[in-house]
Amino acid sequence: MSIATEIEQRLTEGLALQHLVIENESHMHSGPATESHFKLAVVADDFTGKRAVARHQMIYGLLAVLMNNPIHALALHLYTTSEWQEKNGDIPLSPSCMGAKKEH
Amino acid sequence: MSVVDTIKEQLEANDILLYMKGTPRFPQCGFSSRASEAIMSCGARFAFVNILESPEIRAELPKYANWPTFPQLWIKGELVGGCDIIAEMAANGELKELIDSVVVDDDSAAN
Repeated sequence: MSIATEIEQRLTEGLALQHLVIENESHMHSGPATESHFKLAVVADDFTGKRAVARHQMIYGLLAVLMNNPIHALALHLYTTSEWQEKNGDIPLSPSCMGAKKEH
Repeated sequence: MSVVDTIKEQLEANDILLYMKGTPRFPQCGFSSRASEAIMSCGARFAFVNILESPEIRAELPKYANWPTFPQLWIKGELVGGCDIIAEMAANGELKELIDSVVVDDDSAAN
């Protein structure tokens, strides 16, 4: 099973997902791993009334067995349904690694 | 002293503390770089710990914090968040507000 599929399964089980975007950003980073850096946009009303730290900790809890290995970096953008509507589906960009920037 | 005691002592001694990879001048990771830039843009002095030089803290802090990755910004002994949260708070002005409130506290305590 790919890491993205496993992320999706775990989040689907743990949250009432309205919307999920998984981007594999491993290509933006140095090193041989192809499933190490991910960005998630998660929309779920489970986040209602929770501050940003608590929301992130919910996701880290659900993905605990994947963190550090194989997942090295996980960018999280977590919204309730109404916040997501306000954002218009705009997901922030992640930075590249400092170690070895890829030239385009 | 245990590693957790060291962490607690660092948090106690520094109102604004960033655990990061590298230093604000020479960050070793894009996420740490973005986080330290956001904090610097608020204009206050802050402390940092380069976890690449502190393997024990790198191993222990994620468990203590219930937060698996770096950077981690701690203000007044409380975890504020990682790169995404810091960047978002910097963009909407909350970060400067929070940092200013801590700095004002310090100034009034000194007087």
